[in-house]
Amino acid sequence: MKRFWAWAAIGVAAVYFFLPLLGMLEFSLKMRRGEYSLDAYASVLGDPQFQASFGYSVIMAGLTIVFGVLIVVPTVFWVRLKLPRLRPVMEFVTLLPLVIPPIVIVFGYVRLFNTSSWLPLTGSALGTDFLLLCGYAVLSLPYMYRAVDTGLAAIDLRTLTEAAQSLGAGWITVLARVILPNVLVAVLSGAFLTFAIVIGEYVFAALLDRPAFGPYLVWAGGNKAYEPAALAVMTFALTWGCMALIQAVTRFSKHTRMPR
Amino acid sequence: MTSSRLWRSLPWNGLGVLPFVLFAVLFLLLPTAHIVAGAFVDAAGGFTLKNIFNLFRPEIINAFWLSIRLSLTSAVIGCGIGFAIALAVVFGGLPRALRGVVMTFSGVTSNFAGVPLAFAYVATLGRVGFVTVLLRDWFGVNLYALGFNMISFWGLTAAYVFFQIPLMVLIITPAIDGLRREWREAAEVLGASNAQYWRLVALPVLAPSLLGTLALLFANAFGAVATAIALTGSLLSIAPILLFNQIRGDVLGDPHLGYALAFAMIVITGVSNGVYVVMRARAERWLK
Repeated sequence: MKRFWAWAAIGVAAVYFFLPLLGMLEFSLKMRRGEYSLDAYASVLGDPQFQASFGYSVIMAGLTIVFGVLIVVPTVFWVRLKLPRLRPVMEFVTLLPLVIPPIVIVFGYVRLFNTSSWLPLTGSALGTDFLLLCGYAVLSLPYMYRAVDTGLAAIDLRTLTEAAQSLGAGWITVLARVILPNVLVAVLSGAFLTFAIVIGEYVFAALLDRPAFGPYLVWAGGNKAYEPAALAVMTFALTWGCMALIQAVTRFSKHTRMPR
Repeated sequence: MTSSRLWRSLPWNGLGVLPFVLFAVLFLLLPTAHIVAGAFVDAAGGFTLKNIFNLFRPEIINAFWLSIRLSLTSAVIGCGIGFAIALAVVFGGLPRALRGVVMTFSGVTSNFAGVPLAFAYVATLGRVGFVTVLLRDWFGVNLYALGFNMISFWGLTAAYVFFQIPLMVLIITPAIDGLRREWREAAEVLGASNAQYWRLVALPVLAPSLLGTLALLFANAFGAVATAIALTGSLLSIAPILLFNQIRGDVLGDPHLGYALAFAMIVITGVSNGVYVVMRARAERWLK
């Protein structure tokens, strides 16, 4: 009886979740009248605006990951090693991007860094790109911080650092050649999650007026019929790919880690 | 004190976190503080509470009220269904492999929000959507003749629930895992029925987790903008869309009212996240 209800719950949920996915897949194939075809996908992939905006967002996601790793890994390392009393503060600050709605943060950017302010980042395209990069780094901060923090908790930081130092390694060497390889799996899962968040992000890009994939999606939604469904299918596949990669690297690490 | 001792007593260790502190202050704390401060300043730069009082205009109150109802309804539905799924996965006697599938799928769908979700939704329940056509051709039910409208309270709620359920599953499953077998055995030895065990032992232990996650889901929906904009084209007046339009073009005709609007949003998401943190601390007393 219990098993029946369990299957019923899973079944109802499966229908609720698969119907929209099936719906968008079916709709994306309907562009040619009377038969299923990949015309909508061809139309999307051939659109120069799609290529430009998607390329822009991929580059932004890559830069965000690099920027995030450079900011988070040394900081978490240093706090765990030298300033453990600061950990609750770090926890709190890295949680804030989940508490403060993103639209409020970008509102702050627009007002604080406008052309007549002391740091006129929105005055130039490059400055605005940098601002967007920082915004994305803020959005991914909770996930990146938690991933790296858990990763560093699993290794014996002090011993590794002292061993490396007694062999003559400087701080940069310690971080790049001892710590980073040890938390690579954690960093990678943070990175893939960051990619999934950044690639379709809308509010930051729209309000900072940058030609990213998110605003392109909204534009396509208002102006095209079948292409939005094709775009949704592609984005879903991309999100799925990111999650699969996270699982893959986590599983891989379990096999390679030495039993203690 | 010699100068070298003074030199050494400086907080050099703090330098290691300087890049992060600079980053957090410039791009997270200062922008937020700027908005909060702006909510309490008038056009001449003096302190005022006028902006906050000005929030109590019918159009703003209605937008917030709609947002709150929308977030609360989608959070309650998401909580209920997500809890049922998590219970089924943990206690349902289902194949073990299914659990991994459900958790991975939840990870994907909870991140599949925003604009693409809106597209999937339109392709399903729009005027020529998959389900709409299916219901019409196979069962002779015309959804739109029955008064269904995607750009409505229930239309938007159904879309939000799509990312609320997986989030609930992800957060509540570990909490249910924390229910110990000994507690059930102890209850059974003392003669408790299954219903009594759930009412008197399991649910009270889980209550803080459930309430906390409800608060988190509420905040999650309250701050969401992209799904609503892609679905309604910024037509539906909910608080985040009102703020979006205000940032784009000062639709309220008063820049400082925009600050106050953003401040009110921080207060609401802040309170619900606060509830989540307090409840989680309470839940951890039992679930270790």
